[in-house]
Amino acid sequence: MSERLPVQKTYKLYIGGAFPRSESGRTYVAEGANAARASRKDLRDAVRIARQAGGAWWGMTAYNRGQVLYRIAEMMEKRQSELAALCTGPDEVAAAIDRVVWYAGWADKLAQVIGSANPVAGPYFNFTVPEPTGVIGILAPEPPLLGLVSRLSPVIVGGNTAVVIASEAHPLVAIELAECLATADVPPGVVNILTGLRGELSPVLASHMDVSALDLAGADGDSAELEKLGAENVKRIVHGRADAQSPYDIAAFLELKTVWHPTGM
Amino acid sequence: MATTPVLPGGFELPLEPRLPRLGSVDAVALEERAAALATRSIKREAKVFALDLAIRMMDLTTLEGADTPGKVAALSSKGIRPDPSDPNIPSVAAICVYPNLVPYALERTRGTSVKVAAVATAFPSGQSPIDVKLAEVRDVVDAGAHEVDMVIDRGAFLSGRYAQVYDEIVRVKEICAGHAHLKVILETGELGTYDNVRRASLLAIAGGADFIKTSTGKLPTSATLPVALCMLEVIRDVHEETGRVVGMKVAGGIRQSKQAVQFLVQVHETLGLAWLTPDRYRIGASTLLNDVLMQIRKERTGRYQNPDYFTVD
Amino acid sequence: MTKDKREIARRPDKAPMATAWDYAPAPEARDIVKVEERYGLFIGGTFVEPASGERYTTIDPAREEPLAEVAQAGKADVDRAVRAARDAFANGWSNLRPSERAKYLFRIARLLQERSREFAVLESLNGGKPIRESRDVDIPLAAAHFFYYAGWADKLEYAFPNRKPRPVGVAGQIIPWNFPLLMLAWKIAPALAAGNTVVLKPAETTPLSALLFCDVLRQAELPPGVVNIVTGDGRTGAELVSHQGVDKIAFTGSTEVGKAIQRTLAGTGKRLTLELGGKAANIIFDDAPLDQAVEGIVNGIYFNQGHVCCAGSRLLVQESIYETVIAKLKRRMATLRVGDPLDKNTDVGAINSKQQLEKISALVQSGIDEGAQIYQPPCKLPERGYWFVPTVFTNVAQSYRIAQEEIFGPVLSVLTFRTPDEAIEKANNTPYGLSAGVWTEKGSRILAMAKGLRAGVVWANTYNRFDPASPFGGYKESGFGREGGRHGLEPYVVLEDA
Repeated sequence: MSERLPVQKTYKLYIGGAFPRSESGRTYVAEGANAARASRKDLRDAVRIARQAGGAWWGMTAYNRGQVLYRIAEMMEKRQSELAALCTGPDEVAAAIDRVVWYAGWADKLAQVIGSANPVAGPYFNFTVPEPTGVIGILAPEPPLLGLVSRLSPVIVGGNTAVVIASEAHPLVAIELAECLATADVPPGVVNILTGLRGELSPVLASHMDVSALDLAGADGDSAELEKLGAENVKRIVHGRADAQSPYDIAAFLELKTVWHPTGM
Repeated sequence: MATTPVLPGGFELPLEPRLPRLGSVDAVALEERAAALATRSIKREAKVFALDLAIRMMDLTTLEGADTPGKVAALSSKGIRPDPSDPNIPSVAAICVYPNLVPYALERTRGTSVKVAAVATAFPSGQSPIDVKLAEVRDVVDAGAHEVDMVIDRGAFLSGRYAQVYDEIVRVKEICAGHAHLKVILETGELGTYDNVRRASLLAIAGGADFIKTSTGKLPTSATLPVALCMLEVIRDVHEETGRVVGMKVAGGIRQSKQAVQFLVQVHETLGLAWLTPDRYRIGASTLLNDVLMQIRKERTGRYQNPDYFTVD
Repeated sequence: MTKDKREIARRPDKAPMATAWDYAPAPEARDIVKVEERYGLFIGGTFVEPASGERYTTIDPAREEPLAEVAQAGKADVDRAVRAARDAFANGWSNLRPSERAKYLFRIARLLQERSREFAVLESLNGGKPIRESRDVDIPLAAAHFFYYAGWADKLEYAFPNRKPRPVGVAGQIIPWNFPLLMLAWKIAPALAAGNTVVLKPAETTPLSALLFCDVLRQAELPPGVVNIVTGDGRTGAELVSHQGVDKIAFTGSTEVGKAIQRTLAGTGKRLTLELGGKAANIIFDDAPLDQAVEGIVNGIYFNQGHVCCAGSRLLVQESIYETVIAKLKRRMATLRVGDPLDKNTDVGAINSKQQLEKISALVQSGIDEGAQIYQPPCKLPERGYWFVPTVFTNVAQSYRIAQEEIFGPVLSVLTFRTPDEAIEKANNTPYGLSAGVWTEKGSRILAMAKGLRAGVVWANTYNRFDPASPFGGYKESGFGREGGRHGLEPYVVLEDA
């Protein structure tokens, strides 16, 4: 026996910067591995932690948030082959990395493109600035890496935090990506990734009163019910596209704040 | 000697360094409030009430280099009986003149309710040595003026020498106390900001002013509605905090009845009825009187009036 | 001192001090506006009888007198209106040259200006708001809104970089009763500018200015069907929301109804914007310009009888100046003139409806029951009509209903705070997030507070200011989407790749 037996990786959840197993202890088989099957309580914990992480993430300078996103791309670049093995291949990985880099650059330009100074008819200075919506629930679409990255990047670059439900059929690359995030200076809790059964988790996410918006990009057929659940706290509902790349995709997860101040001597 | 007036709370501490931090005024909101009050629609009996009051509160004024005993005597007569054809028209509150003309005004108003006010302290600029200013105040008080309208030293104020401004007011007050009411003119048109108007008002009140007054009337910008409102709010604060009553005088640029009514509405809704008396509110004006008379006659007859039916002085 | 100085003989004033200065009534002439006895539905450029056959009476809430009979649009009526709008959209309006669309909007703006007194009187008559506000705020702002969006109609491609905007289609718009014509303008102006057609439902209690607006459309020669007005209660609104032919719903109103609409539209792919309730904090720091802040408090909660979604209904006062602020506020409240909405000197008019009056009364009673201290200035109310005395509650706990629920009336709840962080925490501690006020002289604190407050509009050292160029809308359960400014176009365009 000259061949060495490889150490197999256990795919766990990514919550609060850590990699816990599901508190339920359950797994499900996906892509030949035992993926963690997140429970309602895992999701609850993820939302709580995402909410807590929001202040500091939005409190960072836009420049720094951009740097963190760029750092994610660096980490993905280093793990290209690992990522490629778990998605449709190197092309998808390359596209995903480029997408992160593209969004990284938006961090410190959003307010200029999306915000405005408003010439009101009175002695007031009036300006509008974009701010994060809050905790965003994402149902990641296929392909498993590019789809996830395409929806996650616009969410976090605007200062939101995310609770992502990974592709049910292809969850492993999401956890591989989580390892890039964990080593890329992404503050714990800014991105939380759950693997598990969509049918179990989505309604909990959609009805959670502390989730501010939903990206239903990866929802299949069940989106009416999820939207209905989301109405209970007036969630912003977004149907993102896996191949989208635009500042409008960021703006979908931003609130606009208008500030008035008198101009007087 | 005069007793020291009750000072607003806080003046126990050194004044000068604190003054720039005393309260603040938001210019836009102040102007909006003043503008909103100016939209009050005052009609019929409410208007007649205001116009009658405006006359009773009026400091009928002449402050020209060309003033003569004759001019002052004529003005005084006008102030005593503004409309000889209408016995219901009250006398004005006072005749306001330069120091030299005080005796003539006194002579003509003797035995009437009309008081005589003299401007002093190197009116209008205030830019003379303190001794000269005090001597002038002594002169007019000795001459028998009932009221002294002094100017603050805006140069000192704007360069931060608040103590000097305060001290001058205190010394003028010492001369006036018990003899003449002291009105302190801030000349708000030179103060630049409402914050300064507020500070100067506090300073004047602290120094012993019986009245604070907006302007000399010698600048293009005199009594505006927001400036007056700003000063009324100081008076209100001082009254609320200490119980001390300070009067208010608006002067300069008030030529039309409508303006007078607007100022009175402001007083009514800021300080209340208690200030709607000549003891606490004055309007300094030279040409306002006839417009008020015309408006009153219009209200009584329903006809719009012609100025030739009213004597110029 | 000189010897011959004499004491001033205090002579009494000729007249004794006045005991009152009652402003004589100064009513705006009511006959400037002609109210019809009955109104149909405005569909396809003309008034039609409702197929429903149902009508109801709209009243003057200040006198409890009927003003007119208006139609209660039913399913068939809404359907007819939507078809008219679809027709107009497909046959002309959506491919009209944008510069021509702009000119229609300019016409509407000008006509509103020309007929502003008429609209002001009608708005006060039907809604109960003081003429001073309808004259100086509602109507000028409504006209300005059309003017503002007129200018966008032929410049849309500059509003959305790298995208080709096209109209959404037929917009169903449902507006509230607090600013009837202004809310109509907020809805219709951007919709038309972007090339959409409209079916608008005014609020049940305040349909008349929208119906008079139809006459402005006639004068403007707007093509038939571009704007359709269907009157009625919530049932009409529900029909409009669920109609298959509507591409977009814009709703301003209560959070409860907003959520119901969102549920109804779930899965339909219809676009939705919601401008819902609020429970705004108006925060007063100890260094604030106090007299102006008190004006801001008053304007924040008593403007339009407090029937304002962004009303500053929770006053947060720094403890160190609490007594002073409350004393000043009470003093100021005593000068508020409550009464005839048509009197030019009225500051606070009538409550919009009996139902709303009952809601306000019930919440106020809950405040008393929960232990808050109530203050109402002495105030003589007219005998008929719906009135509520401007009210302030002190000693209010954050947990009381009056500190949590939107009262939508002239009722202020006062809470205190000690530090800026506490102020932010308390201000944000609500499911709503529409607006907030901050009063302080310190510039850096204003900006920090503005950043910390989770609200769509932050008024710093001012309150309740509105402008067509300024985006307005909520965070959280106060809704989504913006009205006003460039951002207000976004709900009415589909952005195609350039």
